[in-house]
Amino acid sequence: MHVTRDFSHYVKDLGAGLKHIDLAVEGVSCAGCMAKIERGLSALPDVTLARVNLTDRRVALEWKQGTLDPAKFIDRLAELGYKAYPFEKASAEATEAEESRFLLRCLGVAAFATMNVMMLSIPVWSGNVSDMLPEQRDFFHWLSAVIALPAAAYAGQPFFRSAWRALKSGNVNMDVPICIGVILALGMSVVETFHHAEHAYFDAAIMLLTFLLVGRYLDQNMRRRTRAVAGNLAALKAETATKFIGPDEISEVPVAAVRAGDLVLLRPGERCAVDGVVVEGRSEIDQSLITGETLYVPAEQGTAVYAGSLNISGTLRVRVSAAAEGTLLAEITRLLDNALQARSRYMRLADRASRLYAPVVHATAALTVLGWVLMGASWHDAIVTGIAVLIITCPCALGLAIPTVQTVASGAMFKSGVLLNAGDAIERLAEADHVIFDKTGTLTLPELEVVNAADIPADVFALAGQLALSSHHPVAAAVAQAANARSPLMGAVEEPGQGVRAVVDGVEIRLGRPTFCGAEALVAQTGSVDPEASVVAFSRGDSKYLFSVRQGLRPDAAKIVAGLQRRGIKVEILSGDREAAVAAAAKALGIGEWRAGVTPADKIARIEELKRAGVKVMMVGDGMNDAPSLAAAHVSMSPISAAHLSQATADLVFLGRPLAPVLAAIDYARKALHLMRQNLWLAVGYNALAVPLAISGVVTPLIAAAAMSGSSIIVMLNALRARKVAGEAASWK
Amino acid sequence: MEVMIILVPLALALGLAGLVGFLWSLKSGQYEDLEGAAWRAIADDDEQAPPAQPEAAPSRS
Repeated sequence: MHVTRDFSHYVKDLGAGLKHIDLAVEGVSCAGCMAKIERGLSALPDVTLARVNLTDRRVALEWKQGTLDPAKFIDRLAELGYKAYPFEKASAEATEAEESRFLLRCLGVAAFATMNVMMLSIPVWSGNVSDMLPEQRDFFHWLSAVIALPAAAYAGQPFFRSAWRALKSGNVNMDVPICIGVILALGMSVVETFHHAEHAYFDAAIMLLTFLLVGRYLDQNMRRRTRAVAGNLAALKAETATKFIGPDEISEVPVAAVRAGDLVLLRPGERCAVDGVVVEGRSEIDQSLITGETLYVPAEQGTAVYAGSLNISGTLRVRVSAAAEGTLLAEITRLLDNALQARSRYMRLADRASRLYAPVVHATAALTVLGWVLMGASWHDAIVTGIAVLIITCPCALGLAIPTVQTVASGAMFKSGVLLNAGDAIERLAEADHVIFDKTGTLTLPELEVVNAADIPADVFALAGQLALSSHHPVAAAVAQAANARSPLMGAVEEPGQGVRAVVDGVEIRLGRPTFCGAEALVAQTGSVDPEASVVAFSRGDSKYLFSVRQGLRPDAAKIVAGLQRRGIKVEILSGDREAAVAAAAKALGIGEWRAGVTPADKIARIEELKRAGVKVMMVGDGMNDAPSLAAAHVSMSPISAAHLSQATADLVFLGRPLAPVLAAIDYARKALHLMRQNLWLAVGYNALAVPLAISGVVTPLIAAAAMSGSSIIVMLNALRARKVAGEAASWK
Repeated sequence: MEVMIILVPLALALGLAGLVGFLWSLKSGQYEDLEGAAWRAIADDDEQAPPAQPEAAPSRS
């Protein structure tokens, strides 16, 4: 049977005979890769555009409609040494990209207006102390109004809209004082200009908008970038299914194109992408990603298989079941929704600060006006002073304080192999004081490894590795990997469910089940030394050997667990696996508290129990069974090998084999939270200095502008310090 | 001071030209990949070069 690959689901028709596809590419990190890929793909006939986006690690391709198959691009990229996969932009990603472009446009307009209004304001400030004619001053003020009013109307949209939404629903957010300040300042400036006054506040109002837009844009951009990378990772996991399009014809299709009732083929070594029921075939499946259980379960006609399970030994035909109520996925999704709802009540640091901020500012401004009137000043003078208070307490330092730190910290985390999924993940992560690890695939590596490599003669190992290349079995893959085998043996035959055999120098060699290799005696003799390990036998003529294969702990797991404990963080294991397996891992890592054989609901119950005790729980897990607890925990993290659902739920995702990114992320987050708080205090300190001046009525627009930009710049510079953390949180590379 | 009649509009016109340029470059997708753009400027393109004109391809969908 020949497998065709059908990616038409992802191809967009641009019209005029042109087609477009986006590919996510793994491992594009430098300018060299960019040129290599673009040249390699442009060389294909009919390709009209091949353009790499280095920020998002994607390639956009356009070609003339005709015989060119998109699968060809993926083959070509594989030849060049890059793994690629077509992907579809999630709708959330598209909206965020649009929003980010809009913010940038507003920022451009506001910055233009600020520069030009400043150009006019500086002559006025210096003219006020020298010899400027009142007519000239008015002319400059009017010009400023002509620039600032339309610019503020356009660039202020993000704030006006958000403030309006908040007011309509009866709330007050930080955008409300911003809008009141800007509108009052502009309105008062127009009135002042009419009356030929010395001061106008156009410059302050528009500069306020510019600084705030910088913060807003940085915040938005951080989220957009991580979402783009997360989208790539999801695509690169290549969730495809091999679907029967005829009785004997199969085609590889994206999971999105599989419907309930379809028949799919599941070969050994493949991960199942759908929920379904086996209709034909006999095999063993590895459900560790779903239940955490590392022992294989037998599958035959009538067995239900779930998305995420790995087929081990035989070929299966699976009838796709509807994702109806009662399936595992539906059950997990329900738990997930509940958990996510509970968490959405968390309030971000910025929101908490602004909730305090808005009433204080408004009260101060109102009291200033009232105070001046009571002291006998005219209403006009009192209101002007009130506006000065509103402007000088402008929340631009506040608006920049948190986004700038977040952007810098997320960039630093990105470099140490951690991707952020949620905007407020950093704040929640910094508060975590109890880490719960899942075992399978989190503390351990997702792949299998050979444990007793040292006991086996090197030549035997090498030969077994070569033979193993001819099998799809994941255990065989582990042997091939450990032997570093490259060239498969000629004439190797795989016997489904048994093993592989070949003839070398006239002697038959076999790799597979102990019964297949005639090594039962050896198994009985050695006994099961290690309860978790799977055993695979190798025979060459009469000499027999046993390979012991198991999931190894992540290389630096013990060090990282010790590091967490040193920081005063409690560590615990909750695993769906058997007691013996969990106990061994806990002992090796020095973790006192652990539970085995727990269900998703048990995990949530444990997290809730800790939460009630006031503990901020961080959950680290990879399986589908972990998804609800990932959502229930205060903050959560998944390895990149995790099930799709878990990865989408986790606040952070980490890359690579070591566990170091977990510790690095905590260190960066703690540092970032410290800097955010420091920045807020800087903003408060600035206000404490500036507000009395404003209340006393001595603030000119010049002082207001200088104080405002000064405070913003200090806050931004302070945020840059989030790039470095001390000590062991080294890069994962 | 009559010179201001010329200089002020001139300064504003220059500023406006800058703004229009910025909006145009934003619209044509030149801020989509800042990292790549930085490298493209110094890339060796002696051989058959990739198209140099930035395309707004992804936004056309």
